[in-house]
Amino acid sequence: MKGPGLGNLIEIKGVTHAYKTKAGPLPVLEKLDIAVAEGSFCAVVGPSGCGKSTLTRLIAGLMFPDEGEVWLHGELVKSPRKTVGMAFQNPVLLEWRTILQNVILPLEIVAPRMPRRQKEARALELLEMVGLTGFEHKRPSELSGGMRQRASLCRSLVHKPDVLILDEPFGALDAFTREDLWQTMHELRQREPVTAVLITHDLRESVYLGDQVVVLSGRPAHTQHVMDIPIPGPRPLDMLYNKDSVDRLAVLRKQIQIAQGRTGNEERAS
Amino acid sequence: MQINWQKILVPIIAMAILVGFWEWLVWYKGWRTFQMAAPSDLWPAYRRHEALFWQYGWQTLWRTVAGLAIAVVVGTFLGMIMGLSRIMNDALYPILVGFNAIPKATVVPVIALIFIGQHDFNTVLMAFLISFFPIAVSVAIGLSTLEPEYRDILRSLGASRFTVFWKIALPKTLPEFFGALKVAATLAFIGTNLVEIITPHGRGLGHLFQSAQTNSDFPLMFAVLIALAVLGIFLYYVVVALERIFAGWAERRPT
Ligand SMILES: Nc1ncnc2c1ncn2[C@@H]1O[C@H](COP(=O)(O)OP(=O)(O)O)[C@@H](O)[C@H]1O
Ligand SMILES: [Mg+2]
Repeated sequence: MKGPGLGNLIEIKGVTHAYKTKAGPLPVLEKLDIAVAEGSFCAVVGPSGCGKSTLTRLIAGLMFPDEGEVWLHGELVKSPRKTVGMAFQNPVLLEWRTILQNVILPLEIVAPRMPRRQKEARALELLEMVGLTGFEHKRPSELSGGMRQRASLCRSLVHKPDVLILDEPFGALDAFTREDLWQTMHELRQREPVTAVLITHDLRESVYLGDQVVVLSGRPAHTQHVMDIPIPGPRPLDMLYNKDSVDRLAVLRKQIQIAQGRTGNEERAS
Repeated sequence: MQINWQKILVPIIAMAILVGFWEWLVWYKGWRTFQMAAPSDLWPAYRRHEALFWQYGWQTLWRTVAGLAIAVVVGTFLGMIMGLSRIMNDALYPILVGFNAIPKATVVPVIALIFIGQHDFNTVLMAFLISFFPIAVSVAIGLSTLEPEYRDILRSLGASRFTVFWKIALPKTLPEFFGALKVAATLAFIGTNLVEIITPHGRGLGHLFQSAQTNSDFPLMFAVLIALAVLGIFLYYVVVALERIFAGWAERRPT
């Protein structure tokens, strides 16, 4: 079997997947292709329920496609791997642990033999980057939603993953907090180089954070449109208001409308 | 810290009024000790049989705790199976609900007949049978309602199912578990007493109660009831203390 293209850390080739449900198979992904170069951010947008979260689970090796292949780092994904980090819309912090202990969690799995002090030093370094210094011994319930999401990002990065999978991590935050976190994300990228797939339903977010935006069609999802955004980071927030960005957003909006059109009726029926 | 006198005094006064009324009623009606006991009769009754109270109380307590301990192990295990496997849940749940619906007093003679003479065993078995259900259900619900993201953050790193269970699912279920354990402790206590009273065999506070009843010794009966209440309260607060230690994080702290 042929390996992935050179320089692409994530390569999704012809992935097709259906869930088995009581009402029969539910096709979710259909001949999906995505390639993400090492160190770049791929923003994925698409109608809700089109299969974006399914895609993240396939990349993480939590599920396997019916057809097609997922390659990470030149290796076919056949099982979960320690070099993946995940963050979700729900920060899922463990309430009985402090923020610091929460961030350390992946290291307990990936590097159980690492000395405790070293784990903590690594976690503190990340917490400092996202501006949570001073909160490391607080419980998650004592933090605001935005701060919890920052802690969740730290947890997803603590074990220095090659691949970061972000499934609408800012989706539940208010607009101002969200923009703060976008900027934090750019700052993090500078210090923690990582290849990422960012699922989002916010087109501005996809343009601000993505080096590439992939628009998925309605269910079953295939790659409908790919847009490159060759602007080096960190990007200033007001770049969203320049002519290029406005044009890009217009194109993406058009694409989303096409994507929704395909399943518009189904969506209303279900 | 300011002591809240109202919180301490009001229950004490309420209790005193109740006891005072009871004492007055017995005195006013002129009931004798084979008709009804007054609060002032209880202490002498206790003193007369003090050694028995401690001996039988201990028997009731250890058999309840042993039954409860088995219920915790088996209930957690069943809950784990049902919470982690949909098929096992569908298979076991109706059986458990059906078993739980049987009035437990009817089970006592059955057990007594099957395991004739095995009094300690019978009592512990009953305490276990009556109390494992809430534990199994709470653990099953706690595990099956675990949001998939919690699982995924560890599974995506290649963690085993056991690791996910140990690091996330189990601690996350602890608040529900202790809620159920409080109910289970009370139930186990009832189970022990059922056996001691229905099939008396010279052991436990239930037996003391039984023999007091045979003699219409009301002061002794009431003294046993109060001793049982004290044991029950003790057991309950031990569980509360354990809850504070192991699931204190779930308590809502004042903000
Ligand atoms: N475990 C599952 N079993 C059956 N159907 C599922 C399962 N998970 C998701 N689905 C269905 O698959 C479709 C895609 O889900 P998902 O990938 O979560 O979409 P998205 O993240 O884009 O909103 C949805 O219609 C959803 O109802
Ligand atoms: Mg989703």
